[in-house]
Amino acid sequence: MSSTLTVRSAVPAVKAASSVDMTTSLGRFELPNPVLTASGCAGAGQELAQFFDVAALGAIVTKSIMMNARSGRATPRMAETPSGMLNSIGLQGPGLEVFLERDLPWLVERGARAVVSIAGGSVDEFTKLAMRLREVRGISMIEANISCPNVEDRGQVFACDPRSAAEVVQAVRRAVRSEVPVFAKLSPDVTDIVAIARSCVAAGADGLSMTNTLLGIVIDTDTMRPVLAGVTGGLSGPAIRPVALRCVWQVHAAMPEVPILGMGGIRTGLDALQFILAGASAVSIGTEIFHDPMSPVRILAELEDALAARGFAGVADAVGLAHGERPPAGEFPIDAAHHHGQLLTPDDNPV
Amino acid sequence: MPVQVNGEVLSLRRVGAYHAMTVVAPGVAEIAKPGQFVTVAVGGPDTSMMMRRPFSIYQIRERGVYGGTVEFIFSIEGRGTAWLAARQAHEPIDIVGPLGKAFSLPREPATCVLVGGGYGTAPLFPLADALRARGCRIDFVMGASKEERLFGALDAKRISATLSVTTEDGSVGHRGRVSDVLPDVLSSSKADVVYACGPMGMLRAVSRIADAAGIACQIAVEELMACGVGVCMTCVLPVVGDDGVTRMVRSCVDGPVFHGDRVRFDDIGTIPADALGAPQPIVVKPQPRSSLKPTGQQASAEVTR
Repeated sequence: MSSTLTVRSAVPAVKAASSVDMTTSLGRFELPNPVLTASGCAGAGQELAQFFDVAALGAIVTKSIMMNARSGRATPRMAETPSGMLNSIGLQGPGLEVFLERDLPWLVERGARAVVSIAGGSVDEFTKLAMRLREVRGISMIEANISCPNVEDRGQVFACDPRSAAEVVQAVRRAVRSEVPVFAKLSPDVTDIVAIARSCVAAGADGLSMTNTLLGIVIDTDTMRPVLAGVTGGLSGPAIRPVALRCVWQVHAAMPEVPILGMGGIRTGLDALQFILAGASAVSIGTEIFHDPMSPVRILAELEDALAARGFAGVADAVGLAHGERPPAGEFPIDAAHHHGQLLTPDDNPV
Repeated sequence: MPVQVNGEVLSLRRVGAYHAMTVVAPGVAEIAKPGQFVTVAVGGPDTSMMMRRPFSIYQIRERGVYGGTVEFIFSIEGRGTAWLAARQAHEPIDIVGPLGKAFSLPREPATCVLVGGGYGTAPLFPLADALRARGCRIDFVMGASKEERLFGALDAKRISATLSVTTEDGSVGHRGRVSDVLPDVLSSSKADVVYACGPMGMLRAVSRIADAAGIACQIAVEELMACGVGVCMTCVLPVVGDDGVTRMVRSCVDGPVFHGDRVRFDDIGTIPADALGAPQPIVVKPQPRSSLKPTGQQASAEVTR
């Protein structure tokens, strides 16, 4: 029986040379592959480096950093939900200077690409963060987290209002060096995601990260009170995947030229492929990291296999493909034999 | 360094109110130390339960017939642990470990009082083995709500100079809590150090008693975790650092073992106002009476920066 046991190697097994070109880009940021971590789910890479080589990913997206050290919200901060979780961490972090001194250099030394997520309580704080980062080398991209739901004042969720979102994006874009792309991370909790996206792009965003969590509540039926000390929290995980995917779809349909970093409940290479087909140029892995710390490298390998199986020469060829005309029945580019000659049941849909 | 292993269930047995699972986990057992924990994925490959379940390591066998094994104790508390309790031998299990900081051991032979609540005694057994290998005396104190929720009383009796048992219903031992008997145990054993694991209320009481007696105390906390590896910031609690500053630290990587006198038990579940990065109250400057706004329009006393 011991033959069935395997220690998962810290370095993923070397795959046979694949024919698929996995390189992609997010604005001017060229990535060796399209799998990144999601902000808040990978720290600044050190902890996950125990499980895989962080430089093997497209990039590490760091936990949103603020100007000053921040304690976050009270506990309990987490509740498991069906195929997901609710969190109300509240942007706990060491503050920008500690991040620049301790965390960013570590990523750079490791040869990992760093996407720095920044969060501010005001346009002024965003501006200060961006001004300070202007002087810093080793940043591949900046993700402006304008959509964290775990702030006491809902008025701080800039991504819920096109004008507030644009104000932040414009301030950050002006402050950051032009060769560093600025992406705005959007909330799915809006009436018209396309309107917010357009506003961010008009204000200078080089691309969009979609999406952040959805606001939710879980109530403990024993105490008959909300589980989270912060009452509300951000819902993440596979439960939100169709919603996030819909946001990517709508924005890509409206602005096909705008690069999208897609995220929301990705667990497998096929999940990642859905986001790419909907219009994302790259994807971030979030909650699944908590479930499977090696998932980013696993998903990357699965995605590469999935693209190869479908005959793609490069991942770039798959971006937004789902918006094209449906291929006639029987002319799927891949081995989709299980869809033929039998009724399609819900189980046949990718989960 | 922790590893993620496709392990295999070697055995699963009932122990009183609890379940004990032994997993063949090569790479975990060889480096595991007392006080560390493992996390396991529950529900199978397509599970709807995204959170791994953390368990203190009970027994460590570096070399078994099938390779290194780790054993952990659990109680059925929900769907995830119910799934675990329904496993069969030879089924695969995704396990990550060893995680967290271990108990520190005294350099010289010392008298050690081990205090466990419920199956919180589990990590105290490998600790006792390590302490005894260093020539330490063990005095064991264990408590639970009732007899079947005690864990390991017979083993504890075998390895300790004295064993004190408490149950809240009086079904066995002293009727009451471990904190009722601990002061006497500390003085009669002339304890040098206290180690404790169990519910937070018990850890608070034990830390207070050890502190009052001037005895060093290490505790292993049980906090709600999401990732177990230090990236999610779910399992934080207020702990005073060497510099005197309170930080919200992660029990998964900065713990689960802490010095009892450093944990701000009364502030768990809050952000103490003096913690690093705590929301600062707005300082309202005195204003001339004439410029005071109607009270309804004044800013809330506390806002997040």
